[in-house]
Amino acid sequence: MGSGQFKTCYRDDIKIFQTGFIQFWLCVLGVCLLILPFVVGQYFLYTANLCGIAVIGALGLNILSGYTGQISLGHSAFIAIGAYTSTILSVKWGFPFWLCFPIAGLVSALSGLVIAIPCLRLRGLYLAIATFAFYFIVEYAIIHWDSMTNGTGGITVPEASFFGFAFDSDRKIYFLILFLAVCATAFARNLFRTEAGRAFIAIRDNDIAAEIIGVDVVRYKILSFMVCSFYAGIAGSLYAVSLSFIGPEHFTFLMTIEYLAMCLVGGVGTIIGTIYGAIFITLLPEGIRLLRDALSQDYPFLITRMADLQASCYGLVIILFLIFEPTGLFGIWLRIKKYWKAWPYTY
Amino acid sequence: MDGGDLQIFFQLILSGLIVGSIYGLVALGFVLIYKATNVVNFAQGELMMLGAYFCYYLVSSYQIPFVPAFLITLVFSSLLGILIEVAILRPLVGETVFSVIMVTVGLSTLLRSVVGLIWGHDQYVFPSPFSQQTFRFFDLVILPVELTTIVTVLGLFAMCYLFFKYSKIGVAMRATAFNQKYAFLMGISVRKIFSLSWVMASVVASIGGILFASMSNLDTNMSLIGLKVFPAVVLGGIDSIGGAILGGLIVGLTENLAGGYLSQIFGSGVKELSAFFVLLLTLMIRPYGLFGKKEIIRV
Repeated sequence: MGSGQFKTCYRDDIKIFQTGFIQFWLCVLGVCLLILPFVVGQYFLYTANLCGIAVIGALGLNILSGYTGQISLGHSAFIAIGAYTSTILSVKWGFPFWLCFPIAGLVSALSGLVIAIPCLRLRGLYLAIATFAFYFIVEYAIIHWDSMTNGTGGITVPEASFFGFAFDSDRKIYFLILFLAVCATAFARNLFRTEAGRAFIAIRDNDIAAEIIGVDVVRYKILSFMVCSFYAGIAGSLYAVSLSFIGPEHFTFLMTIEYLAMCLVGGVGTIIGTIYGAIFITLLPEGIRLLRDALSQDYPFLITRMADLQASCYGLVIILFLIFEPTGLFGIWLRIKKYWKAWPYTY
Repeated sequence: MDGGDLQIFFQLILSGLIVGSIYGLVALGFVLIYKATNVVNFAQGELMMLGAYFCYYLVSSYQIPFVPAFLITLVFSSLLGILIEVAILRPLVGETVFSVIMVTVGLSTLLRSVVGLIWGHDQYVFPSPFSQQTFRFFDLVILPVELTTIVTVLGLFAMCYLFFKYSKIGVAMRATAFNQKYAFLMGISVRKIFSLSWVMASVVASIGGILFASMSNLDTNMSLIGLKVFPAVVLGGIDSIGGAILGGLIVGLTENLAGGYLSQIFGSGVKELSAFFVLLLTLMIRPYGLFGKKEIIRV
């Protein structure tokens, strides 16, 4: 690690890959991620896929809630819209998958637009409540629109294929998800170097002040909603493909809480933190399962109550992080980095 | 409309008012917390459920008669209210709205799943102290527990009204709600006021939970009642106690009428959904509700 970085122009300051050191390690990480599916087992790969999907979905939510400061409690509704759109398109009308998932993203973004317009006058708490209500309306539509969604019966998702190349194994899906997750991260990272991204941050910090300095608050709030729901739609479409069966029980309110927990645990308003948070929360159930198996000797009733155990851990993680580490894993990482940079001095 | 139809209509209105008064009771607790501490409590329904489960536990496991069990439950929920305020909300004073909303969302997830962990998701028959003998009131049928619910809600509302208007602590709470800093400078212990409002909300929620469990059964779906708080308080105005009760009654009525007349057309879920339509409509037309203070933002 260099002893000091001396930036001589603004361009240096906003560079994404600031040092050769970071570039090198990112390349190493990339190679590891590419080799990963050939060395690990089926189950691990499936979990890795879920992590990738969570990264995409959580990035979307963090753009809206973390960077633009608009609280959304309807994230799982947008994910459900994406999942159902892409599945219905391919089941009912035989759309090829390479068309399905962008359309899923767009339909989800449009529904984001629909919810954003009435919500524009609302701030903070009211927005949270309105998106909450939106979630219930979407859930109702999924359960009762039998002709489209097959209600509580659910739909079996057909195999995804790209111009004859079938994504028929977890390994193939892994590469698709990896590619899209990298694209999503790169887009999000770059978004905040553009005018739109800076406008989002200005709205979060003070929307009235932002309006006064010439930010079109209405336009950028809608845009932020749409970007968020586009990400959610893509995540939903991939989620459907990797689960290969979707039903209303996959898109509960707990899923929204999971995604919010990812943003909070990772670090509100950070890209790299979102990735940590998404991985942490996706792997949390695995940790809980270990804990449950260890405890089930003494407390046998725990075996049947995995869902409650998991939910209570999400709740606990959210509360503890908010109280003790509001900057999330990203903040912890920064502290460790600073500590070692200055070591053995304390500052 | 013949006599039978009219009777169904009035019965729907009556049961709407009964369920609505439970909503109003839970909404009352929500408003108490919001008014004094500016915290949006997403865990109101879970506080209600926890109260009902605790009372059930005392009666069924220790064979305590209902009335002492009820009183112990109230003490328990007061302590729980203090614990939540001190341990979870106090460290977050001065944080953003996002953090505060998220911590109560986390709390609601935690409480609901802890109840699920301890008691499971089976249905229990609540040891209701009320008789099943119905009153007839013209052509309408009403159970004693339902009558008690309506009377309790009106009584609690009247008590709250008088408490805030005439008692010293009530005035102090209003002062705190108006401006925390000034209240502090006037010698009011803002901390105590915060704890007190959580205690009141938690107690009111437990009463609501016990009444609701006496009317139907006891299961973890009860926390869904907490969701009806939002339509009720948004409709009534988020900082108005009378508005909370009235909003609760209107939401209860809307739900029952929608369930009675619209569910043949739109399917069974329309009853639950109608409350959220009311919510979205209110937010679009009159975001500060019927009696809420119109929020003016100054830079």
